[in-house]
Amino acid sequence: MKEIVIISGKGGTGKTSITASFAVLGGTNVVLADCDVDAADMHLLMQPDFGNEHDFYSGELAYIDQSNCTRCGLCRQICRFDAISVIDGEYVVAPIDCEGCGYCARVCPTKTIINKKLLAGKWYISNIKTGSQMVHARLETGADNSGKLVAKVKDEAKAIALGKRKDYILVDGSPGVGCPVVSSLSGANFVVLVTEPSVSGLHDLKRVHQLVKKFNIRAGCIINKADINPGLSNDIKLFLEKENIAHLADLPYNEDFTMAMTQGETIVEYRQGTLTALIKESWEKIKVLTNQNKIK
Amino acid sequence: MKPSDWLMINQQPFKIAIASGKGGTGKTTLSVNLAAYIAEQEDVVLVDLDVEEPNSGLFFEGKLVHEEDNLKMIPQWDESLCTLCGLCPKVCNFHAIMQLGPTILVFPELCHSCYACAELCPVNALPMTPKVIGKLRDYQVDKLHFVESRLNIGEEQAVASIAKTKKYVAGKYAEVRIALFDSPPGTSCPVIEATKDADFVILITEPTPFGLHDLTLAVETMRKLEKPFGVVVNRDGIGNDEVLRYCKAENIPVLARIPNSRKIAELYSAGKLIYPEFPEIRESLGHILDYCLSTAERSPA
Repeated sequence: MKEIVIISGKGGTGKTSITASFAVLGGTNVVLADCDVDAADMHLLMQPDFGNEHDFYSGELAYIDQSNCTRCGLCRQICRFDAISVIDGEYVVAPIDCEGCGYCARVCPTKTIINKKLLAGKWYISNIKTGSQMVHARLETGADNSGKLVAKVKDEAKAIALGKRKDYILVDGSPGVGCPVVSSLSGANFVVLVTEPSVSGLHDLKRVHQLVKKFNIRAGCIINKADINPGLSNDIKLFLEKENIAHLADLPYNEDFTMAMTQGETIVEYRQGTLTALIKESWEKIKVLTNQNKIK
Repeated sequence: MKPSDWLMINQQPFKIAIASGKGGTGKTTLSVNLAAYIAEQEDVVLVDLDVEEPNSGLFFEGKLVHEEDNLKMIPQWDESLCTLCGLCPKVCNFHAIMQLGPTILVFPELCHSCYACAELCPVNALPMTPKVIGKLRDYQVDKLHFVESRLNIGEEQAVASIAKTKKYVAGKYAEVRIALFDSPPGTSCPVIEATKDADFVILITEPTPFGLHDLTLAVETMRKLEKPFGVVVNRDGIGNDEVLRYCKAENIPVLARIPNSRKIAELYSAGKLIYPEFPEIRESLGHILDYCLSTAERSPA
């Protein structure tokens, strides 16, 4: 069983549309994991049945019981997040600022502060239209710990893939280089970088690839909208060569991606054209490269 | 709003955050164009709070006026003082401290700098020490001041850098009337940190199913934060009209619609501003700014 992670650094380069296309091509042999838990969109293309729903508790929030509070002010003094303020003489925690470190509860002389477990989101195991399964999640608005939810989604997908003897897990990652991305990379066998030839696309690609290098994972790259700026497309290819990243495909600027999306379809279902052919070719290359991978 | 009034009453800039649930919908495009547009008339500060992937700076060639390290405080184990009492791993809610036999291990990436371990340690064996997690840079091009922070690769927590950057801006640019915050994508902690003290939030989206879905999440987030906000539709013309229908049904103001155009995508790709080439976008920027500032009149000081 191999784990393939699709990330991009910059958002909106086509990660999810491309991942969903691979999932359709891979059919029953692929378990999908939507690890962009902040703004998960994969379900819009995969017709999940949300068959199996679970709560995800993570992190804590301080709560001050006013009836026992002696207003000593110690909690406010030690809080490094300025999360406790005095309102009408009462010490109150601002949930948005509280990091859940629990320090205030530990030092409160009357033990009047308690830490409440936070419902940080929900995760689901769904049957999807490819005949396989997808693990996906929804983070509560503004919740912390998205990295942990990503780890949870990946673990569940791994368990399904092992149990049902599937060959691949496809992980749709989130933008950026922070905690959810780090979490989605851990344990991966191959990384697909989806980029676009814009100054931001290249800049973000370089940053996210530095992170991939730290994990010592083999990578390939798809340049989406490659014809929008041929000069920069070339710069990207030079970068790929220098960094020994496999160049998987140049996809042309094409609004069919959006048209397909409005129908709830992936591009490979929507139209049999150049774009679909290029994506099929990429998927074949990825499978070969992933199985060659000597690192894991 | 008269420029002097807002500053006189609030002693800080009117803060407009540009955010979106989905990535790649045009946050940076709108931020840099709006900033350049405002800077034609008056001083403005543009702050890139997407510290994981900051790229507003790719659109300006500014003069570097200030640079400093972004620091995070982490505990450092002092073996000579430690009695191995076992308290520190117990008080750390983030599992950033582990005791392995006669050794205390600190995992700096997991630490949230709450100081519990350092201050509760009976023998002061875990003093807090600064660790460099990124860099803040402040640039200037005429009336445009541009501040960005970038997180070092491998650092996982964006929030502390975002908070620090806002603090720097509040201190240095207290006399500039308008500050624009280019925010990170998503709906989790970094976005909350970037938008929580904004005076107005612009949510930028595209009229597609992904755009609509992530817009609804962003709207939920802003309502939870009780922020006044409006929507800008980017790439208007592709996809469908569900986003506009949603905004109408939810009574959300649509401040502008930026047309879908290959020319715009090409200009953006090359790191160029758009509005100088499109009079209708210049006009839209004017509308957006007027609307944002009109909330200042309505909101209590």
